[in-house]
Amino acid sequence: MSESALLPDAQAVPLAEMDISDPRLLEQDAWRPFFARLRREDPVHFQASSPFGPFWSITRFEDIVAVDSDYETFSSEPAIFIGDRPTDTPLTNFIAMDPPKHDLQRRAAQPVVAPQNLAEMEGLIRSRVIAILDGLPPGDTFDWVERVSINLTTQMLATLFDFPFEQRHKLTYWSDIAVGSPEMAGGSVGNEERLAGLEECLGAFTRLWHERKGREGGFDLISLLQRDPNTCDMVERPNEYLGNLLLLIVGGNDTTRNSISGGVLALNQNPAEYDKLRADPGLIPGMVSEIIRWQTPLAHMRRTATRDIEFRGKQIGKGDKVVMWYLSGNRDETAIDDADQFIIDRDNPRHHVSFGFGVHRCMGNRLAEMQLRILWEEIMQRFHTVEVVGEPERVRSNFVRGYRKLPVRLHPL
Amino acid sequence: MPKITLIEYSGTSHSIDADAGKSLMQNALDNGVPGIDADCGGACACGTCHVFVDEEWMSASGEPGEMEEAMLGMRPDRTAQSRLSCQIEVTDELDGMLVRLPEFQM
Repeated sequence: MSESALLPDAQAVPLAEMDISDPRLLEQDAWRPFFARLRREDPVHFQASSPFGPFWSITRFEDIVAVDSDYETFSSEPAIFIGDRPTDTPLTNFIAMDPPKHDLQRRAAQPVVAPQNLAEMEGLIRSRVIAILDGLPPGDTFDWVERVSINLTTQMLATLFDFPFEQRHKLTYWSDIAVGSPEMAGGSVGNEERLAGLEECLGAFTRLWHERKGREGGFDLISLLQRDPNTCDMVERPNEYLGNLLLLIVGGNDTTRNSISGGVLALNQNPAEYDKLRADPGLIPGMVSEIIRWQTPLAHMRRTATRDIEFRGKQIGKGDKVVMWYLSGNRDETAIDDADQFIIDRDNPRHHVSFGFGVHRCMGNRLAEMQLRILWEEIMQRFHTVEVVGEPERVRSNFVRGYRKLPVRLHPL
Repeated sequence: MPKITLIEYSGTSHSIDADAGKSLMQNALDNGVPGIDADCGGACACGTCHVFVDEEWMSASGEPGEMEEAMLGMRPDRTAQSRLSCQIEVTDELDGMLVRLPEFQM
């Protein structure tokens, strides 16, 4: 995986030599034929060596649902991405935990993103969306990722944590470094920078915990953790506290951010769909699901086999890494009609695998959908087109499918 | 055909002629009853077809299995009457059954 080497030809490379973990597949937007070939020729595929060690790739929709549902055979411990956690920070959180402990910690955090709480937040989100959109420069080229996608998701995170609003950019930074190390998912954040950043993050949130202790009410995440008997002393277990904070920071950041950018790109690549949307903004809720499917902001989740098992005719051994490629499941023609097409009014748009399935299914899915829905409702009230005017710059990772930059120009109504 | 009544959170009631042998979730979708998302398509893997089975129909409709328990366990609005409707197979014995839909699916 040297910097200068070109990616191999997806059809010509022998399956045994294909490196499906290569982070350049997403960075160069070259992944489609590689995964299409695996789905066709070897949908439960063993890769004997990679920079992250050997692992199985699950690439079909139904097989992903089956693995994701069977938490007893396919454990989320010790890590949920293809690489391993660096051993210098033994963070724990409920996404990388099996029941029953998973259930206790998740239940404590879940109310922050439950629909009742979201209804309370809708007005606030809308006013923030409006302020962001009204502050954009009409006629100039600017970076949609920075001005809209990051800006909006960061404001949302600050709301969920009741984090000091003027320091909210730190949340984005911590999110980026938390999953940016080379050994985890092929990113490029150095260890020293990552450790310093995580320490700063823990320090800030530990101060917030103590400041907030004893305060009445509050539906932010910290207050909820403090009120639940299962998590009320979490601050005394810093690795667990930091782990769960980062889970929510990353979970609420990268995913929505990249779906916000991805929707603009998808509509630009499919002008007929943009026309449909202009003709009928009532299509927005279904389009939001379609954007989330089409983007698949997290390319994979990993499990670890807890026992020897035969799966679809293959012998998976105890301890083997099993990677569910959500990116591939969402393009599986046997489960989704015209899976490679972006169709904003498709039947059954919620039938996608971007949120995962089973007990680890995305907790914030309704929040994500609400943010995207409000954003597009407000965009359509203001702009005829958000035009992409240059090539997007993509993230180098095998985990996060996202954008660093997306140059756009606005065409007001 | 067993008749089943589904009551939305708003109070709107839907009486459907259900097909025995299909799940309650599928029957609700086939009859256009709103309030059931069924994102996973009936694999007991998403929790978005949650319903509350009326007290007197609980034993006839069966007990949740292990996976269903796990999925229901994550619902903040879970009660003793909670079921995933994809896991309830409609039979002639369920003729007259009443279920209520939750305020939201998640």
